[in-house]
Formats: sequence, structure tokens, C-alpha cells
Amino acid sequence: MPELALQVEHYSTVIAVGGVAVRVNTTDSRFLELLEKRYSGFVSAKQTGEFEFDVELVESTFAKPWTEVSVGHHSGRWFMQRADFRAEWNPATRTATIQQNANAYSMDAVLRIVHTLVLAKQGGFLLHSASAIRNGKAFLFAGVSGAGKTTISRLAPADVTLLTDEISYVRLSDEGEGYVAFGTPFTGELAKLGENTSAPIAALYLLAKGQENRIEPVAVADRGRELLANVLFFAEDPELVHRVFQTACDFIHRVPVYRLTFVPDARVWEMIR
Amino acid sequence: MSRKLYVARSPRIAARKLGEEMLVMAAQGSTLFTLNPTATILWQAADGATPIEEIVEHRICSEFEVTPEEALRDAEALAQDLAEHGILLISEEPITPKSPVQEQLRQ
Repeated sequence: MPELALQVEHYSTVIAVGGVAVRVNTTDSRFLELLEKRYSGFVSAKQTGEFEFDVELVESTFAKPWTEVSVGHHSGRWFMQRADFRAEWNPATRTATIQQNANAYSMDAVLRIVHTLVLAKQGGFLLHSASAIRNGKAFLFAGVSGAGKTTISRLAPADVTLLTDEISYVRLSDEGEGYVAFGTPFTGELAKLGENTSAPIAALYLLAKGQENRIEPVAVADRGRELLANVLFFAEDPELVHRVFQTACDFIHRVPVYRLTFVPDARVWEMIR
Repeated sequence: MSRKLYVARSPRIAARKLGEEMLVMAAQGSTLFTLNPTATILWQAADGATPIEEIVEHRICSEFEVTPEEALRDAEALAQDLAEHGILLISEEPITPKSPVQEQLRQ
């Protein structure tokens, strides 16, 4: 007697941020459509990824709604959890299994965490900053909520390519000669995806709103402190913390860092070239 | 006879002197600290083998106008504070890589 077998369809899409391709596998075609819409511009034509994420959609909650994301490391694997998802990431096999609610916010969180872990080893980091390209050079605009990341992004003139208004992707160039910023799909208030492109970083501006437009140098310790305060990092792993710290120290010695105080109008971009 | 205290830099931190300031990042909470001048001296001298009393006598009293008793009291309180943040290890025995305080960190 033949065995009864249930045929389950599998759907995949490849999301590439910073040139790092992640293939996301799901059994739900509507969820796939949602992801492809959410990450449009970052969906790759490739069939395979450097990493595989297997997603199981569930309606459960995994933590209290108000709790922040938790990230732990055990037996070579990373475990991450928030109210809307639970995920396990195995760097050795380059695979993740994710149980999540059917929304893109959970996938956003998992992607950000995995990218911070991968970038830490590659000499990079995700930075709480807007970033944009002008004249072939990338400029980063860092600051806490309310510092002006969205405002400066909104004021960008037509010749500026926006990489992100919220979370920048920063990595040492392949030649190791400088740092490069890549576009990301991680958006802030502007709710506009960045362009999927990259450029060498010419400067990091620490944002402050004020009564006039001015650019000032920043003392080296303040550069380090303010950069690290804006680096996204979730893991309490000593080796990775050490790497991120050393990368940040290297970054502030290679990339000019200024304080940019600005009046929220388009003239601020006259100073950024 | 008074007890001796030994201090050692935690292996679970990253540190760099930037300009005149010592920045320390602890794995515990991925938290960033800026050490003040006294804490920087204490942290730099924390080799696990030199009692805190000697660090105070040779490195702190020579740098600041303070009595040895007062400096020792403040340094012990500071060391305790830094230990609570995962920056220093404290022990009544010299601290080596095989010391119980180091072993605890590996567990």
C-alpha cells in the first residue's frame, strides 16, 4: 500500500544587504510576497545565499510585549528572542531557524542581529545613523532619536543618493584601505528604503540641531564614545565585543569625524560635498 | 595584620586610551565606560600581582595630593565599583590565569 505523503510547497527569496545574501525559505506564499515587497531593491536575482533562514510562521508570543530583544550564545549557536519571534542562528552551518509572527518587523530584527554578528567578525558594524552618497563619497549622520537623521535625509537634494535614514551598514573595504557604507532596507521615520549601492566613507557627522549651520572638529575620545554609543550591538560575547570596539577605534582614526550643528533647512547640504 | 587585595583587568573587556581618556567596553551589557584619571591608573596597574596598597602608594599618592589612608579607602571602593561592572577582578590572593576568579569567568 503506498504511503500517504503531504506535499508542502516551499518558497524562497534572497535578500542581500551589504552584498551578503540571505536566502529566506518559507511555506507561505503570502509571507514570501510580503517579504519581497518589504525588501524590494534588496531582493537578489541569485538562487542561493551565503546564509539560509528557515521561517516557520506561528501566532505565539515568546516574551512579554514590552521586553527588548534578548541575544544569547550557547554551544556555538546564537539564540535571539522578542515577543514576536524566536530564532536560532548557527554560524558554523550558516543557517537560522526562525519562528515568528507573519510580519516583516520580526524578519527585520533577525536580519539586523545576524548582520551585526557577521559584520563584527568582518571588521564592520551597523550604525544608528543616516547615510547618503554625494559625488561618489558616502557621508554618515549619526545621532540618537531626535538628533536629525530623518530631517537631514528629507532635506537631501536631488543629486544625493540616500543609503538609509536610520541604520547604516559599515564595513572595511575588501582591500582593507578604508571603510565603505552600503545601503540598507532598515528605515526610520522616513519609511523609505535606502538605495542598494555603496561608496567609500568620506566623513562621519555627529548631528545636533541648532541656530546656525556649522561643522566642528571632535576630540578623539568623544569620537570614540559617540561612535560606540551609536553602534548597534546585541551580544554579550567578549570576543565580538572586543572586535567591535577595536573596529570602532580603527574607524575614528581613518575616517574624519565632525560635529554637524544644523538649522533644519536645505542649506545644510551646501556644506556636505 | 590587614588583608591585602589584588586587582586584575578582566579578560571580558576591551579598552583603548583615546587622547587623555581611557575607554573601556565591558562584554557584560556591551556597556561603555570612560575611566577617570584615578580609575585609569588603577586599571593600568591592575596586573593581579601587585597589592592595591602598593598601587596606591607608588602610583596614586605620587600623582594626587591625598593621604595614603584616604587614597587606599577610595581605591578599594573604586576597585569594588569597577568589579561590579565587570571591568576588574578582585581577590585576596594574587590573581593568575588559573585563579578561582578567572575560572568563574570561564564558566
